[in-house]
Amino acid sequence: MSAPVDPDVVLQAEDLRVWYGTERGPVRAVDEVDFTLRRGEILGLVGESGCGKSTLGRGLLGLLPEGAARDGVLRFQGRDMLGLSRREQNRLRGNELGMIFQEPLTRLNPLMRISEHFSETLRVHEKGISKDEVERRSLEALRVMGIPPTRFRAYPHEFSGGMRQRLMIALTLVLRPSFVVADEPTTALDVLVEAQIIRILHDLRDTFDTSLLLITHNLGIVAEACDRVAVMYAGKIVEIGEAAEVFRHPQHPYTRELLRSTISLSTTGLNFIEGAPPDLTTPPPGCRFHPRCPDAMAVCATREPSALDMPGGSRAACWAAAARHDLLTLDAEESAPLEREELSVADEA
Amino acid sequence: MPTKPETALVAEARDLSVHYQLQGGALSRLLGVGARRVKAVDGVTVELRRGEVLGVVGESGSGKTTLGRALLGLAPATGGSLTYHPSRGGTQEITSLKGADLRRLRTDVQMVFQDPSAALNPSMTIEEGIGHPLVIHKIASGDELHRRVVAALERVGLSPVERFLSKYPSDLSGGQKQRAVIARAIILEPEVLVADEPVSMLDMSVRAKILQLMLDLKNDLGLTYLYITHDLASAKYFCDRVAIMYLGRIVEIGPTEEIFAHPRHPYTQALLKAIPEPDPDRMVPRDLPRGEIPDAARPPLGCSFHPRCPVATPVCGWESRDLRALLEQHWVRDADVDYEAERSVVGDLDDLDRPQRTARLAGRDVAAVRDVLDRVRAEDPDEPLWGGVRRVGEHGGRLEVEFVEGVDPPLRAAGGVQVACVRYGEDAEWPDEGS
Repeated sequence: MSAPVDPDVVLQAEDLRVWYGTERGPVRAVDEVDFTLRRGEILGLVGESGCGKSTLGRGLLGLLPEGAARDGVLRFQGRDMLGLSRREQNRLRGNELGMIFQEPLTRLNPLMRISEHFSETLRVHEKGISKDEVERRSLEALRVMGIPPTRFRAYPHEFSGGMRQRLMIALTLVLRPSFVVADEPTTALDVLVEAQIIRILHDLRDTFDTSLLLITHNLGIVAEACDRVAVMYAGKIVEIGEAAEVFRHPQHPYTRELLRSTISLSTTGLNFIEGAPPDLTTPPPGCRFHPRCPDAMAVCATREPSALDMPGGSRAACWAAAARHDLLTLDAEESAPLEREELSVADEA
Repeated sequence: MPTKPETALVAEARDLSVHYQLQGGALSRLLGVGARRVKAVDGVTVELRRGEVLGVVGESGSGKTTLGRALLGLAPATGGSLTYHPSRGGTQEITSLKGADLRRLRTDVQMVFQDPSAALNPSMTIEEGIGHPLVIHKIASGDELHRRVVAALERVGLSPVERFLSKYPSDLSGGQKQRAVIARAIILEPEVLVADEPVSMLDMSVRAKILQLMLDLKNDLGLTYLYITHDLASAKYFCDRVAIMYLGRIVEIGPTEEIFAHPRHPYTQALLKAIPEPDPDRMVPRDLPRGEIPDAARPPLGCSFHPRCPVATPVCGWESRDLRALLEQHWVRDADVDYEAERSVVGDLDDLDRPQRTARLAGRDVAAVRDVLDRVRAEDPDEPLWGGVRRVGEHGGRLEVEFVEGVDPPLRAAGGVQVACVRYGEDAEWPDEGS
């Protein structure tokens, strides 16, 4: 199998799957996911809780718990990631692959000064680095994150929540990784601080040339900071494309309904999606969204739609969208509106 | 669909304060020195009108939750008064209620909590949990209890009821749990619901549903809401009036429409600008306030917002800590500045941490310290702090920067709302050309 030679593609996933073994059988938390990430690009990953977005983020870095498995194709800078040994994966993490977590305080050692966090990080990953070099690199990373050098020897508890998240980002970026996963990096923060952090993440590519997968449930953040967006539902990417295009012309009904149910400053009426995401041990047949979909047709309940390129440039897996753009033809029986079961609050998210 | 509020007052806070004493060391407690007080709510005057939804919006640490809890008598007021039904002669002064009277108040005022998973007793079934208030207040038992629990569940849409009665909270989804919490709150037929971030822990797809339920309940049961949130977008949709809180104070209050159409306080303006909107034409906002909400135990002098305010005036309360922040910012901004050298010229910055109108720098070489300050000033001459400098001089071999005496602006009427900013109001200390 020859690796792609496009030097601009940092990460490439094809038919990527991640599953867990549970008492009730295997859970396919990430199912047949395809996407690429280019150098310096920010890809937003959105969806309801339990849709598999965090699992996908961790799966890309190989940070899955015992009992989880990956399959399919995952290439990082042309290298096959799934074939690497545990040791080789470890060597890549830090230097090449980075992760920014949601709760910074739990990721910092309360007994270590910030300077010690940096020297440990740098010494583990870059053997034989000099003391001066450690200090120079650390202070530069802090400066880019807007943390004054006067705080270099402080302890984690002496920082506010927003500052701690900046510290975490600085600790990740001091190793200059090419690809970073940020999992809900601003969820615990206030609006103004959140906006500061989003700006920092948005500007990363200018300073560090980093590609970023930004996992969030906040569509506003995606609209402001991301180049492209992938919408996940029940383990699958149902739509992916340029953020502006997806927000202007959502192709998948799930994307559309998610946008409609978001309460924003321009909200004039309340909308919501009936029902709840399915249990992933027994996902519904056909399109996984069909039980909640207002556009569902007979075909949706039996056959799974494949992802197709839509005229606007985004890619979506939806029978109705494909038929609307004449990408395929459905007969009268297939396109008959689906008799939907009444969804009660009993099935609410 | 904001409804027109009637004018009768349900509750009224006058100059209400909730201060917490922080534990110091044994010695400082004995001597009574260095004891720090957190002014969680600091002189808030606000009225809650029958049938309205009053939004209290602010960041964490703004005191919004404490204000809500004070209304239920859950947070002890240390100053001012909080009166329930002031028009009925003010007999129900919440701040002085004790024991049985306080329990009676709690049948009239109920709370919906932020985290529905933590708000329900995990070892009680939904039927027990929701009926519990009736048992505690000895209002109903037996068949009557069951009948009222069923009615409450149906009211909040948890039907078919039989599917939920014997369930435990852990069997329910987030949205269902929040419905159960709301059912428990309305079962006592209260007059006021204090809803503290009722939807912020729920998924996007279900938030709107819970808000809709709350609106329906308000109309059907004639409830009055105090809606506490950090989310301006939901407040805009949900509230009739909005109060913006910052560091224990209300900085702006008025009708929702006016506040959102013409935000006056710089903090309100900043919050509105910072909300990430799902609008593909929007870019990452760049001109946002720096820093974070300050330590409530040591609030800034003058206006609490001045250290972060992009349009601060000379009279906003500049002080020593602002000078420290400015120096640190200077070292962050420019990679070419020789930090080590400048730091040793300026000397120890810890002296500046004590809030003082006159900042004295520790460096012994006065001329060199002055040079550093000149460089900082040249880098950003528009920095509002410099407008507040009254004098830079030498005293006792050290460089001193004296600032203009600041004002702590009170809430004043300005165009249909009330704002606490030196730029607004009749006696504004620094009237805005545009206001």
